[in-house]
Amino acid sequence: MSKLPIFSQLFAKSPVQPIQKHMKAAYECASHLPEFFEAVLDDDWKKAKKIGTKIRILESDADDLKRSIRLNLPRSLFMPVSRTDLLELVQAQDKIPNRTKDVVGLTLSRHMQFPSELGPLIIELASKTVSASQLAFEALKELDELFHSGFSGSEIDLITGMLAELNDVEHETDVLQGKLRDAFFSIEKDLNPVDVMFFYRMIEWIGEIADNSQSVGNRLLYLIAK
Amino acid sequence: MDVIAEHGNILLILAVAFGFFMAWGVGANDVANAMGTSVGSKAITIKQAILIAMVFEFAGAYLAGGEVTATIRKGIIDPDLLGQTPELLVYGMMASLLAAAIWLLVATAMGWPVSTTHTIVGAIVGFASVGISVDAVNWGKVGEIVSSWVVSPVMAGTLSFILYMSVRRFIFAAEDPYVAAKRFVPGYILLVGFVISMVTMVKGLKHVGLDIPFKEAILYSIGVSIIIMFIGIAALTRIKRITDSEQHSLIYVEKVFAVLMIFTACAMAFAHGSNDVANAIGPLAAINGIIESGGAVAQESAMPVWILLLGGSGIVAGLALYGYKVIMTIGSKITELTPSSGFAAELAAATTVVIASAYSLPVSTTHTLVGGVLGVGLARGISALNLRVVGTIFVSWMVTLPAGAILSIIFFYMFKAIFGVSA
Repeated sequence: MSKLPIFSQLFAKSPVQPIQKHMKAAYECASHLPEFFEAVLDDDWKKAKKIGTKIRILESDADDLKRSIRLNLPRSLFMPVSRTDLLELVQAQDKIPNRTKDVVGLTLSRHMQFPSELGPLIIELASKTVSASQLAFEALKELDELFHSGFSGSEIDLITGMLAELNDVEHETDVLQGKLRDAFFSIEKDLNPVDVMFFYRMIEWIGEIADNSQSVGNRLLYLIAK
Repeated sequence: MDVIAEHGNILLILAVAFGFFMAWGVGANDVANAMGTSVGSKAITIKQAILIAMVFEFAGAYLAGGEVTATIRKGIIDPDLLGQTPELLVYGMMASLLAAAIWLLVATAMGWPVSTTHTIVGAIVGFASVGISVDAVNWGKVGEIVSSWVVSPVMAGTLSFILYMSVRRFIFAAEDPYVAAKRFVPGYILLVGFVISMVTMVKGLKHVGLDIPFKEAILYSIGVSIIIMFIGIAALTRIKRITDSEQHSLIYVEKVFAVLMIFTACAMAFAHGSNDVANAIGPLAAINGIIESGGAVAQESAMPVWILLLGGSGIVAGLALYGYKVIMTIGSKITELTPSSGFAAELAAATTVVIASAYSLPVSTTHTLVGGVLGVGLARGISALNLRVVGTIFVSWMVTLPAGAILSIIFFYMFKAIFGVSA
């Protein structure tokens, strides 16, 4: 490294691509949720376990990426955005795979049997959540163009539009969560109280994945708004 | 006077060898920084970079290299004090060349960031103040040179900041950046052409025997830059976007800027040639002047063309034999730079260096370029810069000036011992 001419040492490695890679891993991790719940609702635990393993691997990939991003963002770096904002973006992204892992882990270890009449709603919630994280991922894909164009112009309109859509989807997951809670409430008396407690927690956690995707979008807005 | 008469030829041959070696070193190392930006942003290939560097370094050295050479040759030292012992000036200039060449060799091998300009100025000031007398140094001029080392990166930074802001404002903020780029890039090309031809005509062509008055120079420069702009427009028509649906893709915008970068690369090579060739041939010109005149420290003699040619060909030789490797290394390291931001840094640096050349100030091309890059960074044009480099540059100042000075003092006494002083 020190043998390189001084001029080339001026250029540090851009953190943009690693951050995009991390978001990709985060999204991919969450994207397995619908098929996971389908397997669980089908009582196919072998398949569910297989998907769970996949999710755990993706989560640990994301963790590794996060660590290397943090290590490669020294204070001496001079960037068009604040270092703290970037680190917070990564932190927000990282909550997506973390929560996904929690959801899968709890479902698997408790062998949770969801009431079959609620199956379609659960799948719908899971899919909507994935849509939210997909939108966050798509918006993050524009990060390099954003840096590239010096944070100006049409690129910003494009991203703002994508983030508005992300907000809508997140709102839809809120509505779905409400519907699921209502449905649970109407049948909870006939179910095992401990199971019911965890069902509610599960709904909350799945919803949090969408919330986290939204906060990724918000962090992206902070970067633009400077 | 006997020393000059007796050993004149040997001294001149040695000086030519040292001067060529220095020019070779400039070509091998320094040029890479000037061309690396263009190669790194993939605007031009390495082969093209070498070709551009060869032609325009030579042109810059030959057409606009005279002013800075004059500074190195007779601006730093007060020759009046040396009327009785002209051989001391010869030894000193030889010592400076040798010191600078050796220091650059060592520093390059160790990977230390050094500037050719700083080394040679440190060497000349060193031998003159210690070997001759503190009064022999024209401290006013030295102060001017040193302050230009601070001013030039700042000026390049300011210029590149303004240039990049204009790119953001006029091109990236436009509804269709590609269309905007095609509209505005010829304007930037015009600017490049004007700056370079103006400086060349006002300050450079005197040495070739052409003396153009200022007003005429403006007229000619406008003419030349319009011709250059049309060449640019012709090159731009070859870039076509496949469909309008790619409005948000910046790939084509960058392709337009890549054309612009070919022109700024030429300007950069020209600017570098005009400023840095002096480091090698300035001392040689001083030695040649004394020996030609048989020992008179007459400073009025014109710069012989063969010396400018020697410097130019030394740079080209260094570039062709070794410099391309350094360009490749740098080009592969600077991948984060895009043509739209690279052009701003390059044009700002080239303009600053060429203007410094016109005012006969030896500046560091590399440091000026660093200033240009930082300016783009401040305008949010580069994703990540390593600010530690700025600190490293300050350290290299602190080390290079005394290192060049100490080495040249040692060699000065060595030459004095070998060839002797006339009684």
